[in-house]
Amino acid sequence: MSVLVNKNSKIIVQGFTGTEGTFHAEQMIAYGTQVVGGVTPGKGGAKHLDRPIFNTVAEAVSTTGADTSIIFVPPAFAADAIMEAADAGIKVIICITEGIPTKDMIVAKEYIQNKECRLIGPNCPGVMTADECKVGIMPGFIFSKGKVGIVSKSGTLTYEAVDQLTKAGLGQTTAIGIGGDPIIGTTTKEAVELLMNDPETEGIVMIGEIGGGMEAEAARWIKADGNRKPVVGFIAGQTAPKGRRMGHAGAIIGGADDTAEAKMKIMQECGIHVVYSPADIGETMLKALGAK
Amino acid sequence: MNIHEYQAKEILKSYGVRIQEGIVVDQVGDAVPAAEKLKEQTGTGWFVVKAQIHAGGRGKGGGVKLAKNLDEVKERASQILGMQLITHQTGPEGKKVNKILISEDVYYPGESEVKEYYLSILLDRGKACNVIMASTEGGMDIEEVAEHSPEKIIKEWIDPRVGLQDFQARKVAFLLGLSGQAFKEMVSFIKSLYRAYVETDSSMFEINPVLKTSDNKILAVDAKVNLDDNALYRHKDLAELRDITEEDPLEVEAAANDLNYVKLDGNVGCMVNGAGLAMATMDIIKLSGGDPANFLDVGGGANAKTVEAGFRIILKDPNVKAILINIFGGIVRCDRVANGVVEAYKNIGEINVPIIVRLQGTNAEEGAAIINNSGLKVFSAVLLKDAAKLVSEVLK
Repeated sequence: MSVLVNKNSKIIVQGFTGTEGTFHAEQMIAYGTQVVGGVTPGKGGAKHLDRPIFNTVAEAVSTTGADTSIIFVPPAFAADAIMEAADAGIKVIICITEGIPTKDMIVAKEYIQNKECRLIGPNCPGVMTADECKVGIMPGFIFSKGKVGIVSKSGTLTYEAVDQLTKAGLGQTTAIGIGGDPIIGTTTKEAVELLMNDPETEGIVMIGEIGGGMEAEAARWIKADGNRKPVVGFIAGQTAPKGRRMGHAGAIIGGADDTAEAKMKIMQECGIHVVYSPADIGETMLKALGAK
Repeated sequence: MNIHEYQAKEILKSYGVRIQEGIVVDQVGDAVPAAEKLKEQTGTGWFVVKAQIHAGGRGKGGGVKLAKNLDEVKERASQILGMQLITHQTGPEGKKVNKILISEDVYYPGESEVKEYYLSILLDRGKACNVIMASTEGGMDIEEVAEHSPEKIIKEWIDPRVGLQDFQARKVAFLLGLSGQAFKEMVSFIKSLYRAYVETDSSMFEINPVLKTSDNKILAVDAKVNLDDNALYRHKDLAELRDITEEDPLEVEAAANDLNYVKLDGNVGCMVNGAGLAMATMDIIKLSGGDPANFLDVGGGANAKTVEAGFRIILKDPNVKAILINIFGGIVRCDRVANGVVEAYKNIGEINVPIIVRLQGTNAEEGAAIINNSGLKVFSAVLLKDAAKLVSEVLK
């Protein structure tokens, strides 16, 4: 078991023939992921990386039976790509693109609300199930199959956690990069819930950052759900100044609830093992699982 | 992206939102002719001279002053133009005032009571839609109102499928206690304002105060507009409103090199790939006994060129006593980054502060070997906690 993606997932790449799409599709295939084709409007009928190119997602789905899509389309067209995937019946849509205008994302999020699909991202490193399936840009070699699931707003900070879990001998089930934008498809709480209900996942690492209320929402849910599995939490940006955007579009302290301090306090009150240094994630999880 | 009050008001006016009229000048000598012209256009007898900087709290800092005649306009203009304006948002060094807005007086006495309101439009991240916030407590800091009297804040969420509806604008205007002509004006004010917000791809509008004049007009006395950086590509005209004199020169230089840099006040500089890890690295510096001097995300392609640009920017900050480079090589290989660091170091020549390089991920050991064999005054680490230890050691 794992969540969202596994060895049976059939993946198409939207923005298949672009530089990013090509590079990462190659990496995904090399990891053993079932990439069944791609979509680049106007290039349908040709082949790329030995796989078919389609003009539309609908055509790709009906021909290949794809259930998952990864989007590398440039920001100006990415919200449209998300809606196209949802309309075509894709179940898991993973959008890597950074820099999508907020107005476009409001529309896309509303559009997919009543479709049977889940959006991960945008502005995220994707989803990775260790030893099974890589749908994103995470480096495969740092993963090892194991028992900890990861939910994170950040890319390289996720790799940091993955690496520590591998070195601690715990390994990973699925790592979910939910993205650092103000509007994202799957919230921290929703991703944590998926892992909480996954029988193979024994512990969860939850990495957040300043801005928004998603970590607090997730923490309250974890407590209300009875703290079924140990959760190790970290919030990046304890030293970030107010009112400045720290790289990610969503990483900005507006009000008091946006600070790392406020979020960490709520997480602690909800029984989460909060670490103040990201260097302590692996060891803390090791102890938390040992004490269980 | 932040813009000035006068620019924000021009945008609002172009969408039919009534504003306090004004003329922007950057020379003291232009202030009186501007005031004369304004008098001709609006009939105003008094004027308000307003400093144009990208920070709130200008009034309290002495950057907004009333002038009751043309002589006073000249006097106020010469006081404010060129001053170093300090507010709670500028930091202790303040910001130099390069432009002032000569504005009409809108608080003139008359039949009905003059009253200030608060109105803003912004994104509700949790609900993934825009929200209009309004309050009768105009002129006050909305965060204070939210803390002390949250019941005084009116919120109206906008359905993305249909946009703002008339009944919602009416609801807000009624809840603000308006009636008659002022009510009608407020409804149209809200509708025009929302249209301006959506069509300019803004991420925040804050009109504080919105004024009901003594003759029942509704108008924007101040305007704070924040544009969505991600959408500027489709608003070339708005992108041109950027005023780089309002930004930190090092941040401007970093942006020109495609680096995401935010200047801070600490003593340890850092250079990191990825925004989340960059923030986490700042936190580690603090936990190691230092204070971060900056946020710097070099992005996915850390190479000799970006590392060198990063070094040069960090080293221009005189407070920097040490530099921590923290790269987690996923797609990017650590040996390449290490070579980039060595090359950049040699290109710059002498670097007088200790440098700690933490490379982890693809080819991390090879990267560390390159650093250790370079003969440069650079400490290397592979684990994050070792890097943290090195930071506290070099600060001793």
